[in-house]
Amino acid sequence: MSDPMAFLLWVKGPMFNWALAIFALGTLARLLEIFLLGRRPNYAEPRGGEWGPGLRTVLTRSVADPGTFQRAPFDVLVGWIWHVGFLIALLLFIPHIELIQALIGLGWPGLPNPVVDAATAVTLVALVATLIHRLRHPVKRHLSTAEDYLIWTVTFLPLITGYLAYHRLIGPYPLALGLHILAAEIFLIVLPFTKLTHIFTAFIARWYNGAIFGRKGVQS
Amino acid sequence: MAASKTLGERLRERGVSRRGFLKYCAATASLMALPPSMAPAIAAALERARRPSVIWLSFQECTGCTESLTRSFSPTIEDLILDVVSLDYHHTLQAASGEAAERAREEAMRAHWGEYLLVVDGSLPGPRANPGYSTIAGISNLQMLEEALAGAAAVIAIGTCAAFGGLPQARPNPTGAVSVSDIVTDKPVINVPGCPPVPMVITGVLAQYLVFGQLPELDEYRRPRAFYGQAIHDRCYRRPFYDKGLFAETFDDEGARAGWCLYRLGCKGPSTYNACATMRWNGGTSWPVEAGAPCLGCSEASFWDAGGFYRALSVPAEIDGARILAAGAVGAVVGGAAVALTRRRVRAGEQAREPVTVDELEQRQ
Amino acid sequence: MTGGSVSDPATMPAAGGPDWDAAKAILNEVRHALRHFVATGESTLIDLRAQPFAPGDLERLLAWLGRGEVEARVEALGPTRVWESAVPGVWLVDHRDGDDQRLTLQIEVAEFPEILRSPAQDIEQAVAILDARLGAAADGGP
Ligand code: HEM
Ligand code: SF4
Ligand code: SF4
Repeated sequence: MSDPMAFLLWVKGPMFNWALAIFALGTLARLLEIFLLGRRPNYAEPRGGEWGPGLRTVLTRSVADPGTFQRAPFDVLVGWIWHVGFLIALLLFIPHIELIQALIGLGWPGLPNPVVDAATAVTLVALVATLIHRLRHPVKRHLSTAEDYLIWTVTFLPLITGYLAYHRLIGPYPLALGLHILAAEIFLIVLPFTKLTHIFTAFIARWYNGAIFGRKGVQS
Repeated sequence: MAASKTLGERLRERGVSRRGFLKYCAATASLMALPPSMAPAIAAALERARRPSVIWLSFQECTGCTESLTRSFSPTIEDLILDVVSLDYHHTLQAASGEAAERAREEAMRAHWGEYLLVVDGSLPGPRANPGYSTIAGISNLQMLEEALAGAAAVIAIGTCAAFGGLPQARPNPTGAVSVSDIVTDKPVINVPGCPPVPMVITGVLAQYLVFGQLPELDEYRRPRAFYGQAIHDRCYRRPFYDKGLFAETFDDEGARAGWCLYRLGCKGPSTYNACATMRWNGGTSWPVEAGAPCLGCSEASFWDAGGFYRALSVPAEIDGARILAAGAVGAVVGGAAVALTRRRVRAGEQAREPVTVDELEQRQ
Repeated sequence: MTGGSVSDPATMPAAGGPDWDAAKAILNEVRHALRHFVATGESTLIDLRAQPFAPGDLERLLAWLGRGEVEARVEALGPTRVWESAVPGVWLVDHRDGDDQRLTLQIEVAEFPEILRSPAQDIEQAVAILDARLGAAADGGP
């Protein structure tokens, strides 16, 4: 009788702790590896600073240059839309902030739910659009691997299940919420071992790029 | 005591006028959460309905549910509702006690075999548990339930303990408590959970059976949709504050005083299906959220074990910080080891390097 | 509801914007019911008991509806108070039990509330009742 509730308690309890543990393990392993290895020592005399240009590049590389935009406006635009929407849903939804606060003790103001809800709807549409585009674009399809489809799925699932739970589109509610949290946990588990690590590494890579050029005294 | 007279006749015999009857039907419609336009249908049904016999068994319970029931309405209407059902056995409410009470139960069962309504409050030690944890007149709860079940038309499980196991079943469940529907497989079961259920919901479900002689439409947890069809959160008058992101952060801050949403104080309204937000408590006076207390989720399975009452719904029951830190440490070690391995490989590569000249290469070809 | 609310309505702001005002939602329903009544002559009953009211909503609703010309009291299973609101055709029917506890509070959109009408079956016996009373009078009654 109490099965959906037992499921919810399991995903909120033991499973949640496992997911976070695997996430912590994987992420720390990957990041430490990257940081400790560092780069080959550069014996050339520096012609400029590393930090400033590094940080600047983190920002500038986040905006596509006009050439890229002209070549692939869909990727740039839709990519931006869904990344922003995803972050809004993840970081500015009050129930999520509550969770983060319980976890790490840090909290911040959230957005009203209808705003988050609208952002979610847009994000869902954008994500579906990226999938369709990937499937219909010959080059993209050729380049896509199983991993690409996997990470699309684990990204999409937390959003769609959250949306379904919020609107009570599937029931009973403990099942809906349980599925949502499980989807989020799968996302966390998969993150450190797939391309999803770009959540961290993209910025590190951009910083290195900027830092290398900065050291050479070149603008990037 | 025979169930020969219809309820309409019975009411008129008691001197209830036609206007009184109309009013009674209006109150009953309201009680059953039916639209007032249903009153004539209720009147017609009451004219035909016979007085059902009810046997009420109390197992591992705190009597809160019975307390709730006796507060369902002040005397006149409560009398009428309870009087038109024939409450043949309820060991807390009846005058008889001990063996006389048990005999009354057996007689009522025999007289109405196959027709009586079995009401249960409290959970019971399951088939694999020690039956001695809860007995009445030396009879184990399980045995009494199974005997009474055999002749019952339907079972109503009143309260979260009967419906889902409730407090007795909370971890570590020392008595091996189970819910009624864990035992009953071949009879219709209606769950009326709540700790306790809203008084009017108890009488409403009884009235529904009484009036229409049939079981109401149920949800996935066998709860009547009329009362448990919507989440507290979806009927809560504080909902606009939730939607605007205005939350009380403590029980006595500005937000609490201004009546903002109680989500952050642990309100389980979003996951709780019950009628509090509309039916309210104490004859419609108020209800927990209106009084500034977050909903505890008392009409849901396992609500005792579902994490802190005052922690937000999205926050997991227990965060195992030690395990997460340990995993992080393991991760650090793994990362460090990977670095060491890579370094060694690079160094080995450097040492194994044999410089070659272009001439040598050409000779090798 | 009336009186006895744990939180003081005066210090509680109304819950929300136009999308949630339960009292306004009821007024909308009343408006529909009135239109329907004018068009078809069919009356409508609205139960005010199981509504997701915020503290003070019911009081506000009753204040909006106001008081009209008629007030009546029925004694059947306890008092029922009936009054016409300031809006013609919109009646309030407050059913109470013997302890004056509210059973239901309804808005009835009609020429007059059903509970005021003499029941037809009672009228069938009216002559007999009248004769009985006359007989009693002949025997030295009132
Ligand atoms: C274990 C971590 C998480 C927990 C405990 C959690 C919890 C919740 C809760 C309680 C809700 C509200 C459901 C409702 O109102 O009925 C929700 C909604 C939602 N969540 Fe999560 N969530 C988690 C992770 C995530 C992640 C990683 C995402 C991805 C962005 C996400 C996206 C959403 C969305 C899009 C909604 C619906 C928002 C709306 O439509 O208004 N959640 N989540
Ligand atoms: S107080 Fe509880 S039920 Fe009401 S809106 Fe807030 S979370 Fe939902
Ligand atoms: S508000 Fe919640 S916890 Fe309180 S009685 Fe209602 S359902 Fe139970």
